[in-house]
Amino acid sequence: MKELVVISGKGGTGKTSVLGALASLANNAVLADCDVDAANLHVLLKPDVQKRSSFIGGKIARINSTKCISCGICRDVCRFDAITAHYKVDEIACEGCGVCVWNCPEEAISFDDQKNGEWFISKTRFGDMVHARLGIAEENSGKLVSLVRNEAKKLAKENGKDLLLVDGPPGTGCPVIAAIGGADAVLIVVEPTLSAIHDMQRVIKLARHFDVPAKIVINKTDLNSTLTSEITTYCEHEHLPIAGTIPYNLDIVRAQMNGQTVMEFGNESLKAQFSELWKNLQVILSKIQRRF
Amino acid sequence: MIITIASGKGGTGKTTIATNLAMVLADKNVQLLDCDVEAPNSHIFLKPDMNESETVHIKVPQIDEEKCTLCGRCAEVCEYHAIGVFGKSVMVFPELCHACGGCSLACPESAITEMDHPVGELQRGRANGVDFITGTLNIGEAKATPVIGAVKDRIKPDTITIVDAPPGTSCPVVETVRGSDYVLLVTEPTPFGLHDLNLAVEVMRKMSLPFGVVLNRSDMGDDGVEKFCQNENIEILLRIPQRRDIAEAYSNGTLLIDALPEYRDIFQRLYHDVEERV
Repeated sequence: MKELVVISGKGGTGKTSVLGALASLANNAVLADCDVDAANLHVLLKPDVQKRSSFIGGKIARINSTKCISCGICRDVCRFDAITAHYKVDEIACEGCGVCVWNCPEEAISFDDQKNGEWFISKTRFGDMVHARLGIAEENSGKLVSLVRNEAKKLAKENGKDLLLVDGPPGTGCPVIAAIGGADAVLIVVEPTLSAIHDMQRVIKLARHFDVPAKIVINKTDLNSTLTSEITTYCEHEHLPIAGTIPYNLDIVRAQMNGQTVMEFGNESLKAQFSELWKNLQVILSKIQRRF
Repeated sequence: MIITIASGKGGTGKTTIATNLAMVLADKNVQLLDCDVEAPNSHIFLKPDMNESETVHIKVPQIDEEKCTLCGRCAEVCEYHAIGVFGKSVMVFPELCHACGGCSLACPESAITEMDHPVGELQRGRANGVDFITGTLNIGEAKATPVIGAVKDRIKPDTITIVDAPPGTSCPVVETVRGSDYVLLVTEPTPFGLHDLNLAVEVMRKMSLPFGVVLNRSDMGDDGVEKFCQNENIEILLRIPQRRDIAEAYSNGTLLIDALPEYRDIFQRLYHDVEERV
């Protein structure tokens, strides 16, 4: 089984649209949405949830006001300013480190598991999908990303699927690190804008840092043909294969509004571009040796 | 006054709103903070002269092996598995450490001190009268919040502070928007845009922050966002149409107010609309 993770650095370059198209082209894949704090793949694929589970991401401190003697030790030891002057825990500021709990001389602070979100195993018209929803303003998104990936891998093994397609989060921080570590390859979606190129260069470094091979797809190529050729030159120089190019076309948005992937929408030339991308990716993935 | 530009979905136009808003206020006392430290882009549009740079550190534990008895108390109290006893030594994993200081407080032998671990860079500069501060998370570092905190430490009182936020709804966003006087949520009229606006609105309500919406590429998609805002009594303060020339200017790092000067007045008005609501 091979695992391909779609990332970008900059948000809004087209990760989910690309992943949706690949999902409809691959017939034997398991899908995972690892953009757990702003998941969108389910908007396209309308999954039928088969199993729903709680995500316990960490713990949260709570002060028992009848036991609390207002000594101030918890406020002194907390580095996150999470305990108010009235000895209440600010749940948004609390990191769940527990330092207040075991430093409280009155044992007045409880420390219980906290539900930080939910995750789901679902059926879609393109196969099984694992996805999640991190609670609003919650922490530990990296942990939830790891959980989604692991469950998706399990599902793929159980059902003899040979490909895991992962929709990744934007950025370079903990959720992205959790999404790409140990993957067979990342597909970086870039558009010809200075911002997207800047952020692509950061995720290329990140992929190298974690020793994951990176492939590139250029979206909205004709928005700025000068920058598109700069990306091409840069990728050649860095020995990064360009697996596909997609023109700037509002039909990608129209497909989204219909709840369709690009492959289900009737623009034949766009479909041909995505088919070409898929063909190249299959060749690329077949050449990658599993390292673990 | 702190005005933060946020969104659930990435790529909706946060940086466009933040940079243009800051630049039309350049004759006032204004600063622009780029808190999207994982993918910072404001500098591309501001082209500032950077004149100050510093490294952002977090405190991670350092073990005095002479004093350490390998009792394992540090590992017991660490919620993040960032420290552990392996054979005859204690190992620290700085990338997992949340710098809570728990292990050094818990060590019965006082064998743990703290040392600086670099997690990012902070740069400061000026662009046409705008005081500009930007943070960058080091590649391979997981936690953006310490770098965001360091950028926000530069907020000056009695100044108009415009903050460019990261996308999403989790810790980096919470750290960025906290303490804002007003938040502008930028979205687009698509199913993805609507879905993530809904999440961003929930964050604002949970944190009791006043907010309004900017609808970018407003004539591109469907009326889902307009209907949602109407039903939820959320004001749409500005609509920017889908135009190829706007997208092209953006691609080249050109400010909208420079490409289409009529937007100067539009951004001035946006500022006054926000000011009236604070």
